Amino acid sequence: MASLPPKHPVQQGTADAAGGADAHHHPPKGLLRWVLTTNHKEIGTLYLLFSLLMFLIGGVFALVIRAELFQPGLQLVQPEFFNQMTTMHGLIMVFGAVMPAFVGLANWMVPLQIGAPDMALPRLNNFSFWLLPVAFTLLLSTLFMPGGAPNFGWTFYAPLSTTYAPPSTTFFILSLHIAGISSILGAINIIATILNLRAPGMRMMDMTLFVWTWLITAFLLIAVMPVLAGVVTMMLMDINFGTSFFNAGGGGDPVMFQHLFWFFGHPEVYIMILPAFGIVSVIIPTFARKPLFGYASMVYATASIAILSFMVWAHHMFVVGLPLVAELFFMYSTMLIAVPTGVKVFNWVATLFRGSISYEPAMLFAIAFVILFTIGGFSGLMLAISPADFQYHDTYFVVAHFHYVLVPGAIFSIMAAVYYWLPKWTGHYPHLRLSQWHFWLSVIGVNLTFFPMHFSGLAGMPRRIPDYSLQFADFNMVSSIGAFMFGLSQLLFVVIVFMCARGGEKAPAKTWDGAVDLEWTVPSPAPLHTFETPPQYRPAEADH
Amino acid sequence: MRKWHVWMTAGTLLLSGELSLNGKLQAAGWNMPVGVTDISREVHSLHMTIFWICVVIGVVVFGAMFYSLFRYRRSKGAQAAKFHEHTTVEVIWTAIPLLILIGMAVPATATLKKMYDASEADLDVMITGQQWRWQYSYLGEDVNFISSLATPREQISGDQERGENYLLEVDQPLVLPVGKKVRLLMTSDDVIHSWWVPELAVKQDAIPGFVNENWVRINEPGIYRGQCAELCGKDHGFMPVVVQAMEEEEFDAWLAERKSAASEEAAGADREWKLDELMERGEQVYGSICAACHQPNGAGLPPTFPALAGNQALLDDREHHLDTVLNGVAGTPMPGFRTTLSPVELAAVITYERNAWGNDTGDVVQPSEIAEQLAE
Ligand code: HEM
Ligand SMILES: [Cu+2]
Repeated sequence: MASLPPKHPVQQGTADAAGGADAHHHPPKGLLRWVLTTNHKEIGTLYLLFSLLMFLIGGVFALVIRAELFQPGLQLVQPEFFNQMTTMHGLIMVFGAVMPAFVGLANWMVPLQIGAPDMALPRLNNFSFWLLPVAFTLLLSTLFMPGGAPNFGWTFYAPLSTTYAPPSTTFFILSLHIAGISSILGAINIIATILNLRAPGMRMMDMTLFVWTWLITAFLLIAVMPVLAGVVTMMLMDINFGTSFFNAGGGGDPVMFQHLFWFFGHPEVYIMILPAFGIVSVIIPTFARKPLFGYASMVYATASIAILSFMVWAHHMFVVGLPLVAELFFMYSTMLIAVPTGVKVFNWVATLFRGSISYEPAMLFAIAFVILFTIGGFSGLMLAISPADFQYHDTYFVVAHFHYVLVPGAIFSIMAAVYYWLPKWTGHYPHLRLSQWHFWLSVIGVNLTFFPMHFSGLAGMPRRIPDYSLQFADFNMVSSIGAFMFGLSQLLFVVIVFMCARGGEKAPAKTWDGAVDLEWTVPSPAPLHTFETPPQYRPAEADH
Repeated sequence: MRKWHVWMTAGTLLLSGELSLNGKLQAAGWNMPVGVTDISREVHSLHMTIFWICVVIGVVVFGAMFYSLFRYRRSKGAQAAKFHEHTTVEVIWTAIPLLILIGMAVPATATLKKMYDASEADLDVMITGQQWRWQYSYLGEDVNFISSLATPREQISGDQERGENYLLEVDQPLVLPVGKKVRLLMTSDDVIHSWWVPELAVKQDAIPGFVNENWVRINEPGIYRGQCAELCGKDHGFMPVVVQAMEEEEFDAWLAERKSAASEEAAGADREWKLDELMERGEQVYGSICAACHQPNGAGLPPTFPALAGNQALLDDREHHLDTVLNGVAGTPMPGFRTTLSPVELAAVITYERNAWGNDTGDVVQPSEIAEQLAE
């Protein structure tokens, strides 16, 4: 009996509350418990801790970069190593920090927000998490290989990443494959959970925005991760088996690499922001004590962003020599994607309007998200203007743009989510004063780091260079100071999270007075098993 | 009502403050340069237009947001309203941005069309990116040279004070005539590079196996500096572009001089060269081209870039050495130099490599020998 697979959670939840439960009443002890767990909350915690670790490692790489760029000249590292740092920083942050953090949040909160007992496929869930440490150990180990780690940027353009790449590239490809499989499996699980395990009475249009955005993100993941897998497999063939997909010398096409990469890459950037939209759309109404403005239009905007995101990829390739019609098409489509993005921002502002607003740490991060993400959206709009992009492309202006949407965008939303849900996870409120310090240091640090990059980029500083001419010195010095400030204040975040796990002011089930979603009906901390009998969902309380 | 007044005034003040600020930013090198071509001016004005559109939208959105954040504080006893949708408002704020963007797309399209029209050029220049330098060929003129970083290594390491044009200076700039339409054809011998000069508003990828097209008509004589914009490996940051624009007569004189120098160089291939002559020339060529990978002391950066000092495989097999330098090694970063360098330069650099850093083979490779091989 014990060796049989746990019963399907749907059965556990409905027919079989007593019999199916014995599988989890005697969990293995110690480390093995975490290795073998199929519980969505434990796996969610694993994902979040893994992501935090990657965030710190990727952050150290970023600080190596910023330390070298503090002054003109080569002081600390050589260009070879500098390029490895930019590459590893990008890869670790995108695939190791941001994506797993969102999956972790989904693991924890999607079942709680839809009233499900667990994820639909708990064993698959365990597997998709444990692929990640394998992938990233492999990726990090390339730093110690002869020839060094990948050094061709997180966008790994061929043929720099094939013919001209260090020997470790094959390991990089393997690790991306593994991380990609993990993402696809995670996405399948999330879709299966949302479509099948909603509480009786909960229609699609009753779901929280967090659940909605994750549902759409999961479809994006399933659509584009195989493209990434395809393109890295083609690289693998070029490197090891003598094919010439991207090798012009053998009749291949280096531009095709970029089309394939960005066909994955642009939806990927939305994979990193749609769940953030969801989080903010949940937090702002809670602390404005007012229902989300334009729930339906939020859902439609998310869906249209997702669809449009497949039609804009070549805006990353405006200078590769596309034909005029292609250039125009991608300029228009990119401008178009700004419209639903704008709708979201307007809706958040309208939610605040005539609310009753309080400023808990989660709300502070959510508000900073709206403002700073919008600044990133503005620079995105500027980048969409193809003739102007000829000047912006591959400069620090682009670096400023995508860091505004990713750091005070995606990362701030993750922090907002952590502050919002930590009481549900641990049963304690995070330390208020320290959280406020963390917020203000982060906001100031982030802006000091990334705002000057707009100027250095416009003034002509290319990205991915280890040394620069003297007119960029002041901007870079400010950026480096800001980066260290931001980096160090994240240690405070680590302290806050661990303090909160150990103790602190006790949080009630309904932690925030303005919160309305289902997760606030279970005790804090949420017990290992929740909603084993599905709750009856009553849409009235949510007001939409 | 009065409150709105205050907000409007604040917005106006902010806007006018930013306007005067912009002039200052421009001068201090905080903004995109206006540049020295008609196209670069148009690009700059597109940039400023979309920037101001963003500022105006920003003032409205952030204005409304901060107003709400201050006005509806719970700590001040604000009571939450209950509304959560308003179709008219939602339609309006979808439609207005759409209209603004259409308004923006019109001038952008016009400029883009002009930028794409490289027809009827007066002069064609082929630009070839190589790790980590640029090769310029004036098509039909027999003038062809390599342009690489001129900043001394001592400045990079900080042993020497850094000059005004640190990292933005080359040994031989691309020389172009003012007022003429010059077609720029771009390709690459190895990885993707990107040729960029901000003042000319030209940024175009140089891609192996492709020839991209762009053009420029410079209005003012001067020296315009830029850099490679696409990550191209180790020395991506050390691959500047310098364009020197001069009046037409001056340019013609320059071109004529380069042509006669080129034919002199070609004639040099016929005579017998002495070892130390070749060594001297070879050291120059090695320094500007080979040293980036194989290092000034010939030690290389294994495993990617092999050492040349004490490399027995090369030293024992002269033919293999010639073949490697002329034709490159497939599947590695080593390019062939048969078209990039002249027979004299090839002979000199090979001789240098066979005799420098204790390689002392005493071998002399004559330019005539190379010329013969090239003719095959
Ligand atoms: C209003 C919406 C947006 C528009 C119009 C937009 C537009 C653009 C454009 C045109 C580029 C290419 C710039 C260049 O390389 O020359 C770009 C780069 C980028 N964008 Fe956005 N963007 C938007 C939002 C976002 C969001 C939400 C994210 C992610 C959270 C994002 C992440 C990125 C990244 C990572 C890059 C650079 C990738 C690289 O080259 O390394 N963008 N964006
Ligand atoms: Cu994109």
